Amino acid sequence: MIETLRRTAVEAKARLAEVEDLDALAELDVEFLGKKSAVTLAKRRLGSLDPGQRRTAGQAVNEIRAEIETAVESARGRLAQAARVLQLEAERLDLTEFRKKARRGSLHLVTQSRDRLEDVFVGMGFTVAEGPEVESAWYNFEALNIPEWHPARGSFDTIFVDLGEPEEVMLRSHTSPVQIRTMEKQKPPIYIVAPGRTFRTDTADATHLPAFNQIEGLVVDRGITMGDLAGTIDEFVRAFFGGDVESRLRPSYFPFTEPSAEFDISRADGTWLELGGCGMVHPNVLRNCGIDPDEWQGFAFGFGIDRLAVMRHELDDIRELVNNDVRFLRQF
Amino acid sequence: MRVTLSWLREFAPGIHGDPVELSETLSALGLTVEDMTLIGDVVDGVVLAKVLDLRPHPAADKIQLVDVDAGDGEARQVCCGAFNMAVGDLIPFAAPGTVMPDGLKIQQRKMRGEVSAGMCCSGAEIGLSDDHEGILVLNDRVVPEAELGMGVAAAIGAEPDVLWDLEVNANRPDAMSVAGVARDLAAALGVDFSFPDYRVADDGSRNDEDADELLTVEILDPTLCGRFAATVLRGVTVGASPQWMADRLELAGMRPVNSIVDISNYVMLELGQPNHTFDLAAIPNGRLRVRRAVPGERLTTLDGLERDLAAGDGVITNESDVIVSLAGVMGGANTEISEQTTDVLLEMAWWDPPTISRTVKRLNLVSEASSRFRRGADWGESIDRSIQRFVQLAAQLGATAVSGFVDAAGNTPDRSPLSVRSAKVNGLLGTELSATEMAGYLSSVGFGAEVVTSDRGAEDLAVTIPTWRWDTETETDVAEEVARLHGYENIARTVPRGELPGGLTDYQVRRRSVRQVLVGCGCDETFPMPFLAPGDLLRAGLEDNGVTLSNPLVAEQSVLRTSLLPGQLKAIAYNQSHRSFDLRFFEIGHVFLPPPTGRLLPDEREHLAVALAGEEAPQAVAALDLLERELGLPNVVLRSASPPGLHATRSAEVLVAGRVAGVVGEVDPLVLDNYGVAGPVAWLELDLGGLLGGPRRSRKYSPVSKYPSSDIDLAFEVSDEVTAAAVEGSLRKAGQALLAGVELFDVYRGEAMPAGTRSLAYRLRFQAHDRTLTDSEVADVRRACIDAATRRDGVCLRGLV
Repeated sequence: MIETLRRTAVEAKARLAEVEDLDALAELDVEFLGKKSAVTLAKRRLGSLDPGQRRTAGQAVNEIRAEIETAVESARGRLAQAARVLQLEAERLDLTEFRKKARRGSLHLVTQSRDRLEDVFVGMGFTVAEGPEVESAWYNFEALNIPEWHPARGSFDTIFVDLGEPEEVMLRSHTSPVQIRTMEKQKPPIYIVAPGRTFRTDTADATHLPAFNQIEGLVVDRGITMGDLAGTIDEFVRAFFGGDVESRLRPSYFPFTEPSAEFDISRADGTWLELGGCGMVHPNVLRNCGIDPDEWQGFAFGFGIDRLAVMRHELDDIRELVNNDVRFLRQF
Repeated sequence: MRVTLSWLREFAPGIHGDPVELSETLSALGLTVEDMTLIGDVVDGVVLAKVLDLRPHPAADKIQLVDVDAGDGEARQVCCGAFNMAVGDLIPFAAPGTVMPDGLKIQQRKMRGEVSAGMCCSGAEIGLSDDHEGILVLNDRVVPEAELGMGVAAAIGAEPDVLWDLEVNANRPDAMSVAGVARDLAAALGVDFSFPDYRVADDGSRNDEDADELLTVEILDPTLCGRFAATVLRGVTVGASPQWMADRLELAGMRPVNSIVDISNYVMLELGQPNHTFDLAAIPNGRLRVRRAVPGERLTTLDGLERDLAAGDGVITNESDVIVSLAGVMGGANTEISEQTTDVLLEMAWWDPPTISRTVKRLNLVSEASSRFRRGADWGESIDRSIQRFVQLAAQLGATAVSGFVDAAGNTPDRSPLSVRSAKVNGLLGTELSATEMAGYLSSVGFGAEVVTSDRGAEDLAVTIPTWRWDTETETDVAEEVARLHGYENIARTVPRGELPGGLTDYQVRRRSVRQVLVGCGCDETFPMPFLAPGDLLRAGLEDNGVTLSNPLVAEQSVLRTSLLPGQLKAIAYNQSHRSFDLRFFEIGHVFLPPPTGRLLPDEREHLAVALAGEEAPQAVAALDLLERELGLPNVVLRSASPPGLHATRSAEVLVAGRVAGVVGEVDPLVLDNYGVAGPVAWLELDLGGLLGGPRRSRKYSPVSKYPSSDIDLAFEVSDEVTAAAVEGSLRKAGQALLAGVELFDVYRGEAMPAGTRSLAYRLRFQAHDRTLTDSEVADVRRACIDAATRRDGVCLRGLV
């Protein structure tokens, strides 16, 4: 009996190994393990054996049944795996078809530059101040030690506004009015930068715009020296442009600072690039804001933001910054 | 200011060295070198040659064939693109093998079939002038001993020289002269500086007349004129200037005119002293008066224009009070030097800088002379010296000087010694210089500087500021001078550390968040200029009340925007015309409303705009919702309105905490047409200042319920008169604390609905924090919600969805 059973088991395993769908598997399950299967019948017949044989035979029947059961499970697993493979294959997608459907927008280049500048100065202990773009002659000129007759006024190429007396109201020609507004409402110590839009009667061309952007710095504290100015510029330049870029100051003239300087940064080829102007806040400017120049000293600096973007991205036409062409905007 | 090395060396022969290093020294002194040119440094191989023959090129119109003799008697044929020389002319010639300054190596070659054995050169090609046009003809310039084949530099006796174009700052009137630049450079190099002796030798070029007897000058307004010196030159012949003077004037950027004008300019360039010449015959009795103009007076100036004078302008009149000159700015035509002039009245004066500045600005009459007077010329010895120099140069041309000069005085700046605290100077600069070191720097450029011991025992300075430094008058001015001569690079660098922390303001942080939210939903940040054309506001449906500019560059940029709408529409139109679509833009920028009554400056605000081309109003509302969440805006309400420029039935005002903060919706199709924009365009514009400066929603935690929730769907038939917000408001009010959420999940308009109504379907979620709601509790609150909603006119229940 056991021998017959073993042959049945071999046959069952062979057929289960080749079964190709779940229905056929169910039939084989009934045929080899069901109520009328040889294994079940053999188990039922065990009772008729004498006790000596019953134990050995019982063990053998159970082993055979377990063998067939394992073969059924294995076939079931094999079929499930095959079905899964088929299903996944049916769901196959070419993901490259779906690229670039969603788009994040772009921050404007000027914003990107301005944010980077603000972050560097914030790291150096500065806060960010802002002011209006339309200013009075007091804030744009007079409080900055540029009286009405001063030749420097002409050099600002100011755009005036039809308000007040002639040349009394203007689009600010630099961010320096924010110095005055800050000092009027805040007592020293003052450590601010003031980024913002500025305006001049420059005809738009590849390197000029009538509306452009500057950032201004102002420090007023006890015992501030020109060495502090040079050191601050140097620290900023290294933080913003990289550690191997150097800075230098050259004598210059601005009515609102004294001593005044231009500051340059070094280029890889050993030459220098003029970046902006700076100097020690003129005592008259401090006095105009009610600050005693014998108690407080300060420095100020300023430079163009747009040019940094132009340099960084090698723009050959600055007008792109205001053209709002998406083919330009989306590059950054 | 353009100066040459050779001219500088006339004041400081010790100036020499590598031109590039000298340029660095000049820049470090604040005399920024804008350009440096090596002149007369003609390359080896460029020789003097003579034109033997000129013939047309048989196969080309734009070049001709030239035979030249370069010293060996042989005729060499050259193809040349210039036509300005004649047979017999002497020209610079580069033979094959010569390497030109630009690196080009001259080679024998064929041009259109004709041999070209070298190159005829222009002035610019060999660095002798700026002239690129035509071949440099040297006929009048060769020295007597010149021979064909000789190097060109030797043939014309040219010494190598350096020309610098310097940027001179407004506080450096002294550096508007060759002598002033030489003084600075000599000090930096540690070499001697002195003025040559300009006195005319007593050899007959001076006559017996005395200036005092010929001239009278009266200064009627001493605040206008600090000093007025004048003398007379007799026997003047107005003709061409000598070549050396003409050359220098040209290098300095001035055009030679005639001998008198050229000497006048030469003295001004050399010594910094602007001067003026009158035809003495046109000045009756040699009497001049100096006063300010009165309104209504006029003068025809040398340029032939009749000028209206204003009160305050400085004028010089004759004895009959007829104006003969606009002081320090431009002479009058009535006393102009002509070819008939034999006797010249020479004026050397010092004018009040602010007065000159105002006149120059009003008349827009900038000149070399006035730009020196505006910065403050020298009222001291320079005037005496400049008269001597003028007389000396005129005498070389045969004029005769009278003896001495008249010298009238007005008010000049106080130049008594200034007390300068050395501790204050060091404290400003961050240096540790001794008073003696400071005095050394100052005296090297002509300041008087004496070390004195102060009452407190400190070593301080008594500084006498020279008359050629009008702009220098305070202790800080002197500190700047010390810094300049000590060298900015020699100041040790330190970094101050304020006690306050750095950072962005709350407003600035939130503004950055706004940008990030909008960029995150696919919007590109735009940055139009704030200028509009007249009519742009009207075309955008807005009130035409923009502040205008007084001096716009172009009419299209003459109005300041009151809204970001026109700029965004222009940006969209521009991109659509370049076949870019799917435009999602935002902008943060200032707008300028007319000044409130009593205010000078406009009502300036920072606005945010979102413009979504091809999208309808709901997309703008979605953008507002994103911002509401990000910024934690309290109580954002849309109030039906027809804001100017927007679609009358698809727009609303945005109220934040009860105040109007902006508008949302769609741009008016008529406005889109006006701007040539293909619509629709969803639009959101908010006053960012009001928005970010206002209150914000509480960020306090509210506990999450641990109990199950029940969802109930309700659909209402709602009249178009009633807003969804109103229905939702009723539901929320009725549901109170048990209503955990309301979602409008379906809006239906169509045939199944009575005209003028739509179906609004809401999913209500009920939940309590302390228990599981019973069925009857849910039923009660559901009933309350239905009752509350349908209590409004125009709302009834459609039944369960």
